[in-house]
Amino acid sequence: MNENSYIEGRVEINRLSTEFYAKSCNESLARAIVSACAVQLDPTLSELSDIVTAVSEAVTNSIIHGYANVTASRDKCTVRMECVLYGDAMEVTVTDRGCGIENIEKAREPMFTSSPEMERSGMGFTIMESFTDHFSVWSEPGKGTEIKLFKIFNSLSGAKSGGESKCENMTTEP
Amino acid sequence: MNFSMARSGRTLIVYIAGELDNHVADEVRVRIDAEIMKPPTRDILFDFDGLTFMDSSGIGMIMGRYKKIKALGGKAWIICDNPNASKILEMSGVFRLIHRCSDIHDAV
Ligand SMILES: Nc1ncnc2c1ncn2[C@@H]1O[C@H](COP(=O)(O)OP(=O)(O)OP(=O)(O)O)[C@@H](O)[C@H]1O
Ligand SMILES: [Mg+2]
Repeated sequence: MNENSYIEGRVEINRLSTEFYAKSCNESLARAIVSACAVQLDPTLSELSDIVTAVSEAVTNSIIHGYANVTASRDKCTVRMECVLYGDAMEVTVTDRGCGIENIEKAREPMFTSSPEMERSGMGFTIMESFTDHFSVWSEPGKGTEIKLFKIFNSLSGAKSGGESKCENMTTEP
Repeated sequence: MNFSMARSGRTLIVYIAGELDNHVADEVRVRIDAEIMKPPTRDILFDFDGLTFMDSSGIGMIMGRYKKIKALGGKAWIICDNPNASKILEMSGVFRLIHRCSDIHDAV
């Protein structure tokens, strides 16, 4: 099975790329950008807050873990975020060029954190996974980490082409 | 984010409205801890009425304060009706340790 098979049959309608410094003040900026992109697809409030929360987790991880022990100059420490809109869904890719993850399987376990002293709860990956319809992690030690978060806006299914039909959530829109 | 604190007897009441994320969690943590240290604090009530966003950084902050209060022999309560925040609190098992209540009278 193709690893991107969840996108098959969907048509890209819009795309926005951003790159920002790995500074915590940019976490709310990233959320605002994702939210502004998502509203073009008219999601429900709950769908919108799901994708925004998942992105907040990914961006925060890049900032606090990816670039935890950097000696490189600040302008090398950036987070890239790309939002791709489909008729009924959205994919957000968050990438850093930080330290990477040694053991992805372990990192994805609920409650696992490498930084308990920073009072992290180890719930980030669990939240990303349960708040999205498709979620993937690519990471290589020394190279960086890339997170893909895919969210279907069910409220639109059937109303626009490319979505699986979920009649119970269909809007009354013609 | 809007942050303030008040007291009712031995209970420290923490009001947080707006967005609770990693960027603001550190400041919140430091300010609450300074207040927890002051007698006669024993219990804590997180009043999240007015919270519009929270992610796992909030969970870490809440659990850290819970541990301090528990060490003092106290109890923790939380007021939260934001659906997004509630989902995260539920998922991370916070409601198993910190009682959910609807107002301060309910708690104290
Ligand atoms: N972008 C990244 N770069 C390097 N390491 C990462 C990255 N993202 C996650 N990790 C590693 O994976 C672990 C688990 O991440 P997760 O988000 O689930 O928990 P956390 O960030 O430690 O805690 P929380 O998200 O609850 O605050 C982290 O502790 C860290 O070791
Ligand atoms: Mg995290």
